[in-house]
Amino acid sequence: MGDHHHGPAKGLTRWITTTNHKDIGSMYLWFSFAMFILGGAFAMIIRAELFQPGLQLVEPGFFNQMTTMHGLVMVFGAIMPSFVGLANWMIPMMIGAPDMALPRMNNLSFWILPPSFIMLACTLFMDGGAPQAGWTFYAPLSTTYAPPSVTFFIFSVHLLGVSSIMGSINIIATVMNLRAPGMTYMKMPLFVWTWLITAFLLVAVMPVLAGAVTMMLMDVHFGTSFFSAAGGGDPVLFQHVFWFFGHPEVYIIILPAFGVVSQIIPTFSRKRLFGYDSMVYATASIAFLSFIVWAHHMFTVGMPVAGELFFMYATMLIAVPTGVKVFNWVTTMWRGSLTFETPMMFSIGFLILFTIGGFTGLMLAIAPVDFQYHDSYFVVAHFHYVMVAGAIFSMSAAIYYWLPKWCGRMYNEKMGQLHFWVSFVGFNLAFFPQHFVGLAGMPRRIPDYALQFTDFNMMSSIGAFIYGAAQILFLYNVIATIVSGKPTSEEKTWEGAEGLEWTVATPAPYHTFETPPPVK
Amino acid sequence: MCFDVKRLYALALGPVLMLMSLVSTGVWASESERSTVNMTAGVTEVGQQIYDLHMLILWICTIIGLLVFGVMFYSIYAHRKSKGAKASSFHESTSVEIAWTVVPFLILIVMAVPATKTLIEVYSFDDADLDIMVTGYQWKWKYEYLTDEGERVSFFSNLRTPQSEIGNTEAKGEHYLLEVDEPLVIPVNAKVRFLLTANDVIHSWWVPELAVKKDAIPGFINEAWTRPLKEGIYRGQCAELCGKDHGFMPIVVNVVSQEEYQTWLATKQGEAAQVKELMAQTFTLDELVERGKGVYERSCLACHGAKGEGGVGKAIAASAIATGEISGHLDVSIDGVPGTAMQAFGGQLNDVDMAAVITYQRNAFGNNMGDLVQPIDVFNHKKG
Amino acid sequence: MTSQTSTEYEKYYVPPKSRLAIFTTIGLVLSVFGASHVLNDMTFGDPSVETNSWSIFLTGLFVFIATLFAWFKMTIKENMAGMNSAQLKKSYVLGMFWFIFSEVMFFAAFFGALFYVRNLSGPWLGGEGEAGRMNSLLWEGFQFSWPLITTPQDAVGGAGAQLMANNGTYLGAEKSMAFANAHAWWAWLPLWNTILLITSSFTVHIAHSGLLAGNKKKFNLWLAISVTLAVVFLYVQYLEYHEAYAEFGLMLSSGTYGSTFFMLTGFHGFHVFMGMTMLLVQLIRSLKSNHFTAEDHFGFEASSWYWHFVDVVWVMLFLFVYIL
Ligand code: HEA
Ligand code: HEA
Ligand code: HEC
Ligand code: CUA
Ligand SMILES: [Cu+2]
Repeated sequence: MGDHHHGPAKGLTRWITTTNHKDIGSMYLWFSFAMFILGGAFAMIIRAELFQPGLQLVEPGFFNQMTTMHGLVMVFGAIMPSFVGLANWMIPMMIGAPDMALPRMNNLSFWILPPSFIMLACTLFMDGGAPQAGWTFYAPLSTTYAPPSVTFFIFSVHLLGVSSIMGSINIIATVMNLRAPGMTYMKMPLFVWTWLITAFLLVAVMPVLAGAVTMMLMDVHFGTSFFSAAGGGDPVLFQHVFWFFGHPEVYIIILPAFGVVSQIIPTFSRKRLFGYDSMVYATASIAFLSFIVWAHHMFTVGMPVAGELFFMYATMLIAVPTGVKVFNWVTTMWRGSLTFETPMMFSIGFLILFTIGGFTGLMLAIAPVDFQYHDSYFVVAHFHYVMVAGAIFSMSAAIYYWLPKWCGRMYNEKMGQLHFWVSFVGFNLAFFPQHFVGLAGMPRRIPDYALQFTDFNMMSSIGAFIYGAAQILFLYNVIATIVSGKPTSEEKTWEGAEGLEWTVATPAPYHTFETPPPVK
Repeated sequence: MCFDVKRLYALALGPVLMLMSLVSTGVWASESERSTVNMTAGVTEVGQQIYDLHMLILWICTIIGLLVFGVMFYSIYAHRKSKGAKASSFHESTSVEIAWTVVPFLILIVMAVPATKTLIEVYSFDDADLDIMVTGYQWKWKYEYLTDEGERVSFFSNLRTPQSEIGNTEAKGEHYLLEVDEPLVIPVNAKVRFLLTANDVIHSWWVPELAVKKDAIPGFINEAWTRPLKEGIYRGQCAELCGKDHGFMPIVVNVVSQEEYQTWLATKQGEAAQVKELMAQTFTLDELVERGKGVYERSCLACHGAKGEGGVGKAIAASAIATGEISGHLDVSIDGVPGTAMQAFGGQLNDVDMAAVITYQRNAFGNNMGDLVQPIDVFNHKKG
Repeated sequence: MTSQTSTEYEKYYVPPKSRLAIFTTIGLVLSVFGASHVLNDMTFGDPSVETNSWSIFLTGLFVFIATLFAWFKMTIKENMAGMNSAQLKKSYVLGMFWFIFSEVMFFAAFFGALFYVRNLSGPWLGGEGEAGRMNSLLWEGFQFSWPLITTPQDAVGGAGAQLMANNGTYLGAEKSMAFANAHAWWAWLPLWNTILLITSSFTVHIAHSGLLAGNKKKFNLWLAISVTLAVVFLYVQYLEYHEAYAEFGLMLSSGTYGSTFFMLTGFHGFHVFMGMTMLLVQLIRSLKSNHFTAEDHFGFEASSWYWHFVDVVWVMLFLFVYIL
C-alpha cells in the first residue's frame, strides 16, 4: 500500500518475506476485507433465501452451512484480522517504536491465516458439506452428527488460534517493551490501551477455544465422552467451554473499536478525550467482567437458579463501565468544535448504534426475559448492532481516518459521506426489523419462516442488499485513493489530531522511529 | 472539506432516530393476539410478568438513550465548528464521573429486583397437576403423558405443512410451518410440568404464549412449567439449531377445558389399548404395505426420499439390506446405525407400524421381495 | 551485524526479510491438512482404499520441524553476533512468559472439563442436585461416583441404553488409576512420576545456579541429569498407560474418567516431551558450542521456565487426577 522510500523488496517476495509492521498490517487489512466480502456473500445468500417464505434458493442443509460459515468468516476472518492489521500499522507509530517486538513471528501470524481460511472454505466442497452447527458449533450436532469435514474445521480453528496467540503476544511485548522513553502507560493513546487489554483477553481465551475443539476432535475420532451423557459427559460442557472463550471474544471484537473511536472523536471535536483515566479503568473492568458472564448465552440450558442469578447480575454490571465510555465520548463532543468528516460520521454512527445494541444486550441479560428472546432474531439484531454498527463502522472510520497517513493520498470525501449514509440507512433497514420479528417469535437459523414474519424479512433483506452495495462503494473509494487520490504531504491530515503518528512524514516512511522520538 | 448538505444530514438524523426509538417502545398493546412487532404477554401469569419486565427495561433504556442522544445531538447542533464554536479545554471531572457510574448502577438494581422475583417463579417446578415428557428428535417432538392411571399416552408430533407449500408449488396455508399432525393437548388452568430431553442433538421447546423455552438435551432432563389461563391453540418452534430441518419442527399446543381434556385423554388411552391388540394380529401383505406407506411418509421419507432414492439416508431402492435377510432389515430399522443419522426407530414406532414400514420398504421402489413382517416378528426380534 | 553509533540508545534490531515464516506456515498447514485426512480415513474412510494422508502429514511435520530448527539457529546466531540489545532480549522474555501463560489456559480448559464432569454433570446424571433430580428417569440404576468406572450407559444396559445408542459406546473400565487401586504404594507409578518430576525441577535449578556461578561443568552435569529424569518419567508414563490399557481396561472411550485421565496426562506427557527436547537442545548447545555465559543464557532460561511449568501442571494433575 502506498509508495515507500526504501527498504521493501520487490514483487511478491516482498509480501511473503516481509518483517515490516506496515507491510504486515496492510496484508492483514486486505485479507480481512477479502474475508468480509466472502462472509458478506454468505450473508447475501442467507438474506436472499429469507426474502420470502418458502424455499427458493438453497436446501435447508446448505442454508445451515451458510449461517455457520458466515458467522465464522466474519468473526475470525473479517473483524479480528482487520483490527490486528490496524494494530500492526498503528501501535508502533503511536508509541514511538521502530517496529513490532518480534517481526518475524509477526509475519508468521499473518501467513498462517490465509491457508487456514482456504481450508475452512474448502469444507464447503467436501462430502457431506461444510460444518453446519452454527458458529457456536454446539455438540453433539458438531460431533456425532457432523459431516466428516468437521475435522478440517477443527484444525483450521487450531491454526487461527495459533495465529491469534502469536499476534497478541507480539502486541503485548511491543506495548510493554517498546514504548519510547517518556511514553508512560497513562500517556498511551487509548487505541494502544484497548489493544493491550484485548491482547490479554486473546492470550487467555484462544487456548480455551483450542481446548474445546480438541475435545470435539477426541469425541469424534477417539471415542471420548466429554459431550455425551452416556459416558458421563454433558453436551452443555461444550457450551461452557465455548462461551468461556466466546464471551470474551465479543469484547475482543469491540474493545479495539472503542479504541478507534476514542482516537477519532477527540480529533474532530478538537478537544481532549474526556476522562482518559476512567476510559482505561472502564476498559479493564469490561475485560475483567467478561470472564465471569459467559453463561448468559445459556440461560435456557437448565442451570441451577443460583448460577442463573449470578450470571445475570454479573452481565448487567457490564453496562456500568460501558456506560462510562459512552458518556465520556458524548462529553468529549460537548462544547467541542465539531466537524463531520467521514471518520467522524462513522464514529457518531457507531456511538448511536452501538449504544442501541448495548441496550438490547442489557435486555438479553435479564434471565427470565431472555427465555423469550433467546435464539430468536432479537439476538441476531442485538449482535449485528454491536458487531456491524460497532466493529465494522469503527473499522470504516479507522480506514478513512488513517488512510491519508498510510498512502499519502486523500480519499474522496463526498464518496465517503455517501458510503456512510447508504451504510447507515441500509444497516438500520436490515437489522432494526429483526428486533420485531424476534420479539414476535421468529427463531434464528431457519431457512424458512411463518407468514406473519414476511414483511419485516423483506425489509431486512432489502436493507442488507443496500448495506452490501455500500461496501462496494467503500472498496472502490479505498482503491481509487491508493491509486489516484489527491496527494497530500501534510504531516497532520486532520486539524485536531494528536499523537506521534501525526508527527512522521506523510505518507508514513517504510521505517518509522528507528530511534525513539521525544515524548511530551 | 465542508458540505452544505451535511447540515441537512444531521438534521435528518434526529427525527429518524426518534422515530426508531418510538417504534422500539412497542406502542402496540399486546393482548392475547400475537403482535408482529412486540413480545407477547401470552396467556400465563409468568408470561405477563416477563412481558412487563421486558417493557420496563425497554422504557428505561429508551429514556437513557433519549437523554444521551439528546445531549449528543445538541452538541452536534450547537457546538459545530461551522457555527464558530470554539473548543473548550475541560477533560475531567471526578464528581461527574462518579455520578454516572453510581446512577446506572442504581438503575440496574431497580431492574434486578423484579427480574430475580420472576426468575424464582419460573424455577418453581413443584406441585404440578400434570407431567408431560417431551423428547426432541431430528426433527419432531414426542409427547408422553406421565399419568398414573390407564394406558400411557404417547405420540409423535410432526410438521404437517406439505412439501408443495414449502417448495412454492402450492399456495401457503394460514399456519404455514406452524401446523402439526398431532398437537399436544393440555387442560386450561392447570399447572403442567414438562420434562424435556432429546434423543439425538439439542433441541429447544419454545411456545411464546406459554412463556416456556427450555433446551432439550440428550441424556439430561430439564424441567419447565406453564399454567395457561385461556383456552386456545398456541404455536411455537424448535429454538435450538438441530440440523437440517431445524426450521421445520413446530410445536402446537391445544389448551382445552378440563372436560374436553379428559375426553381426549380417554380416547387416546383407548387407541393405545387398541394398538396393543393389533400387535397380536396377523396382517396380509396388502394391509401392511398400505399402513407402511403412511408410516414411511411420516417417519422415513425425510431422509430416504419419496422414491426411496436416498438423501441424508442411503437409498432403500435396491438396497442390499432392504432386499436381503429380513433380520438385517429389522436390525437396522429397530436399532439404527450408531454414529449416523439413522436412529433407533424401535423406540419410536410401535410394533405394528414397524412391521408395516419394513414390509413396505421391501415391496416398494422396485424392491419386489414379496415377503412380509408381522408385528409379532418385530416383538420377537426386539426381545432378541 | 550492526555497528553501534549512539551510546544513549542501543538500536532495536529489526530483522530483514525472512523466509522462515512462510516455510513454517507451509509445514504447519501441510501437517494439519495431512492429519485431518489421517483421522478422517480412520473414522469415516474405507480401509481398503490406499491414501497418501500419512505422507502429507509427515512431509508437513518434517518441513515444520526443519524450519523451526533453522529459525532457532538463526536467532542464536544473531544473539551470538551481539545483535540483540537488552531491549530485544526483554521482548523474548515477554514472549516466552505469555506463551507459557497461554499454555496454562490450554490446560485450564481440560481441568475445567474435569471439574465440571466430576462435580456437576456426573452427579446430575446420578440424579443428584437441583439440575439432576429428574435424570433417574433416563439412567435408572446409575449411581455416580468418581472415578467413574461404570458409565451411565453401562448402568442401564440393554434397551435403556438404546436412547443414547447413537451417541457412541462407552464401556467403562475395571479399575481406575487412583491410589486406592494400587496394590502397594511402591507399585503406584504416579507417585514415582511425581518424585521424578519434582526432583528434575530441582536439578534444573541446580544447573542454573551452576551456570550463574560460571561453573560450566556443574551446569552440564545437572542439566544432563534433568534430561535423564525426564526420559525416565516418560518411560514410567508409558508403563502406566500400558497398565491402564492392558490390565484395567481403561481407555479413552471408557467414559469421562478415561477421557479426562488420558487427555490430561496425555497432553502433559506431550509437554514433558517438548520440555525434555528443549533441555536436551540446551545441553547439546552447551557441550558442543559452549553457548552460555553467566550473563547471557536465555535459551536455557526459557527452557527451564517451561520445565517448571510442566512440573507445576503435573503437581496439579497428581492432586486432582490421582489423589482427590
Ligand atoms: C461486539 C460484540 C458484542 C458486544 C459488545 C456485546 C455486548 C453485550 N451483550 Fe451481547 N452478544 C454478542 C456480541 C456482543 N455483545 C453476540 C455475537 C451474541 C450472540 C452469540 C450467538 O449466540 O451466536 C450476543 C448475545 C448476547 C446474549 C445472549 C442472548 C441469547 O442468546 O439468549 C446476552 C445475554 O445476556 C448478551 C448481553 C450483552 C450485554 C449485557 C452486553 C453489554 O456489553 C452491553 C453494554 C452496553 C450498554 C448497556 C449501552 C451503553 C450504556 C449506557 C448508556 C449506560 C447506562 C445504561 C443502563 C444503566 C441501562 N449478548
Ligand atoms: C462481525 C461479524 C458479522 C458481520 C460483519 C455480519 C454482517 C452481516 N450479517 Fe451476520 N452474523 C454474524 C456475524 C456478522 N454478521 C454471526 C456471528 C452470526 C451468527 C451465525 C450463527 O447463527 O451461527 C450471524 C448471523 C446472521 C444472520 C442470521 C442467520 C440465521 O440465523 O440463520 C443474518 C440474517 O440476516 C445475518 C446477516 C448479515 C448481513 C446482511 C450482514 C451484512 O452486514 C454484510 C454486508 C457485507 C457484504 C455484503 C460484503 C460486501 C461485498 C459485496 C456486496 C460484494 C458481493 C459479492 C458477491 C455476492 C460475490 N447474519
Ligand atoms: C434422520 C434421517 C433418517 C430417517 C428419518 C430414517 N433413516 Fe434410515 N438411514 C439413515 C441413514 C443416514 C442411513 C445410512 C446409515 C449407514 O451409513 O449405514 C440409513 C439406512 C437405513 C437402512 C439401510 C439401507 C442400506 O442399504 O444400508 C434402512 C433399511 C433404513 N435406513 C430404514 C429406515 C426406516 C424403516 C426408517 C423410518 C421408520 C428410516 N430408515 C428413517 C437415515 C434415516
Ligand atoms: Cu429441533 Cu431445532
Ligand atoms: Cu456474551
